[in-house]
Amino acid sequence: MSNNQSLLVEPDVLSRVLARGKSTGAEFSEVFVEDKRSTSAGLDDGKIEQVSSGRDRGAGIRVVKGETTGFAHTSDLSEKGLLAAAEAAAAAASRGGGGVNAVALNAVVRHPVNAIEKWPDEIAKRDKVAILQRVDSAARAVHRAIVQVSAGYGDSRKRILIANSDGVLAADEQVRTLLRVSVVASGDGGMQTGFQSLGHTIGFEVFDQNDVEELARSAAQQAVTKLSARPAPSGSLPVVIKHGSGGVLFHEACGHGLEADIISKGASVYKDKRGELVASPLVTLIDDGTMTAEWGAIGIDDEGHPSQRNVLIQDGVLTDYMWDYLRARKEGRRQSGNGRRQSYQHLPMVRMTNTFVLNGPHDPDAIVRDTKNGVYVAKLGGGQVDTASGDFVFGMTEAYLIENGEITEPLRDGNLIGNGPQVLRDIDLLGNDFAMGNPGTCGKDGQGVPVGDGQPTLRVKSLTIGGTAA
Amino acid sequence: MNVEVPELQAIADRIVAQAKAGEQIEAYVGRGGETSVRVYEGELEHFVSAQSDGVGIRVVKDGRTGSAYAGTLDESAIAEVLAEARDNVQFGTQDEFAGLAMPDGVEPVPQKFWDDDLANYPTESKVDLTKDLERRALAADARVRSESANYDDGWGETAFATTTGIRTSGRANSCYVSVVTLADDGDETQTGFGFSVGDSPKDFDLDKAAREAADRATRLLGATKPATKRTTIVLDPYVTSQFISVLSSAFNGENVSKGRSIFADRLGEQVAVPFFTLVDDPTNKLAYTATDIDGEGLAARRNVLIQDGVLQMFVHSSYSARRMNTVSTGNATRGGFAGSPGVGCLAMQVTPGAKSQAELIASISDGVLIQEVSGLHSGVNPISGDFSTGASGMTIVNGAVGAPIREFTIGSTLQRMLQDIIAIGNDVDWLPMRAAGLSLVIADVTISGS
Repeated sequence: MSNNQSLLVEPDVLSRVLARGKSTGAEFSEVFVEDKRSTSAGLDDGKIEQVSSGRDRGAGIRVVKGETTGFAHTSDLSEKGLLAAAEAAAAAASRGGGGVNAVALNAVVRHPVNAIEKWPDEIAKRDKVAILQRVDSAARAVHRAIVQVSAGYGDSRKRILIANSDGVLAADEQVRTLLRVSVVASGDGGMQTGFQSLGHTIGFEVFDQNDVEELARSAAQQAVTKLSARPAPSGSLPVVIKHGSGGVLFHEACGHGLEADIISKGASVYKDKRGELVASPLVTLIDDGTMTAEWGAIGIDDEGHPSQRNVLIQDGVLTDYMWDYLRARKEGRRQSGNGRRQSYQHLPMVRMTNTFVLNGPHDPDAIVRDTKNGVYVAKLGGGQVDTASGDFVFGMTEAYLIENGEITEPLRDGNLIGNGPQVLRDIDLLGNDFAMGNPGTCGKDGQGVPVGDGQPTLRVKSLTIGGTAA
Repeated sequence: MNVEVPELQAIADRIVAQAKAGEQIEAYVGRGGETSVRVYEGELEHFVSAQSDGVGIRVVKDGRTGSAYAGTLDESAIAEVLAEARDNVQFGTQDEFAGLAMPDGVEPVPQKFWDDDLANYPTESKVDLTKDLERRALAADARVRSESANYDDGWGETAFATTTGIRTSGRANSCYVSVVTLADDGDETQTGFGFSVGDSPKDFDLDKAAREAADRATRLLGATKPATKRTTIVLDPYVTSQFISVLSSAFNGENVSKGRSIFADRLGEQVAVPFFTLVDDPTNKLAYTATDIDGEGLAARRNVLIQDGVLQMFVHSSYSARRMNTVSTGNATRGGFAGSPGVGCLAMQVTPGAKSQAELIASISDGVLIQEVSGLHSGVNPISGDFSTGASGMTIVNGAVGAPIREFTIGSTLQRMLQDIIAIGNDVDWLPMRAAGLSLVIADVTISGS
């Protein structure tokens, strides 16, 4: 992510486009320019199905007047194309007249997140597909019950440029490299699946730093183990969640509910709760966009604000929400580096980056030993939350029974359901073995953005397990 | 795609004409626009007006496939896309089944996908309509407040050409409104939503959308967590639609050929109760996802998936068909110019039964009406068949709807649920999803709560 490259659009053009955006009397205009190149490759059924290349390039222009945001986007980055989009956005925000404003731009210093060693576009495609073949071989070698392996490789190199009428001029270059593997195993009781993934905001060196064969074997082992799984219990039980696999619990149980856009509409159970005890005093929750190489790491957010580390819950007390430009402006405070968008075709909104819980005092092995009967979740899938009621679900894709303080039989897939504030209070043991989890994509209002999560091993004293066994 | 788009077709044709000896080329060219209006507390919160275009190219040579796309129709960019797709070919594994679709002589069923009323609908009216919708939702119940009211429309033009002789272009537009509400009772807040779709805004039923949003938000106030038990559940049409959509992947011929379907090896077997019939029929104009051609340019068609409980067939693209030594069923899917063809059901519908939801409920002494589910993506495994979702709804006691319940799960397996259906409603609802909804009664499902 070097900063000395030429800008995607010249500053004097940006100034004129921003001025055009404000020409109908708006208070704020913004240009977001993106140029993204991506490569993806898929392997399935032992074959590299195809390599695909993508190019997305364009600009989104946002104009704010009073309570109204106008937005238009274009794939035409010429001054003419940008001015036309700015007019469309200005008209969308306002039907009244107004003056013309001059805009002076000042460069923002981005947070230096990652140094890229191996830029994805400098790596031969042959080397990229070779990763997939290694994954396929390693997964299939685990057990004869493995009947299918599919794997995907993806990389992207995205340059962004943000300028706004407050004078912000910020640029970033964001690199992401991802590998995922899905395995199907077949046995007497039908088929089972295993899944693993690896994603970082660095280049191809990610494969020097991580063992892809081990990742593949882990996915395969998960599928094979589940062949002998029994139906998950139903009803409420203590649940122990392995370190690095349960960050999605916090993402759903409270992360979304701490987003200022949701708070401002009174659609969160955490509204008006700053300064209050909302979780077990063991819990300190952080959202940190500066976390080197993690999937949600960004140098600047998509509104040009440098990423930062935000403490959301300290020792169980709610300290702050997450903020974007619009919501921060309304409250007369600084934004928190959480204004993100899927692409230039989307409006920014408040989004998480890397959300995680810090270490607690307990020995992870002792947490299991201290649990007489319960469920041990070694891997979680996705989740979903209703921020207003706080009810949320998340899937367990690798789980085991705990019987008399020991991890015993594997369980079939299912959802867990809980209520956010209740679950946060019910965390009664928190390990000292913090780990980050798998790369995730967080969906909100139709937009997906990359996020990370993490946590130490922990216990929730009661969660409802959506199995079928009585 | 009954209206041709010569300008885009010419671009697609020009790309395909560059094919070299031994090379198959497919070009997919698209252009579209959208308007998105959001209103909050009587004020316009945002207005999005945007256009985009792009091209996707697939090249097949010697059994190897490569592809590339770009979000622009700039001539130099198109040349770059073709060069990239060609370059990518060499990295694919040789696959005897690789290739583009061949014309199969099936004529598309003409349908109307373009509405001039929508295309000419004034911007001011879109904003006014959205404000009106929010007002109606607030008026529907005093406990209701607004999260947002929305109007969204979009139009698209596409053209498609292949060296195998498929050539088609067309345009479509669509619109919908939605409203999200909140209802409070003391410390408790619940969320609701309602929507309406139409060919043009004159088809919208704003009152219905408003009433549903208010009902959904208020009906769960005071809801409790039920006790764990096995019971009979009634799926609301909206939930059935999601359940049927999840089943879709089991009929996917590519999944079948790769050993990833619970229905593989079960053709001709009784996979559901004998009164259950399921079709995939994108030629039915009532279906929200109706289409005349599939993602490879072949005619979309009516396919009977399950007849009287017996599994009849799998759905195919040309690729999955070649893998299984059969022909395409017109079920190639495609996510715009940036995507490559996949396989999927296009517009599923369960054949309705004879009774209304009220009549179905009247015959149940003890059960649960499931009005919403969550976590379908995280708790349902279509390969193993495990089914577990979060849910909320109402108890059913002695044939009548009782108290609201929430924060529980419903669990079974897809295989068992199809065999445990005990009744099908007549209340077909053509929801804006891949499957139509109706009420479905399923026995012996585990409710997991306190």
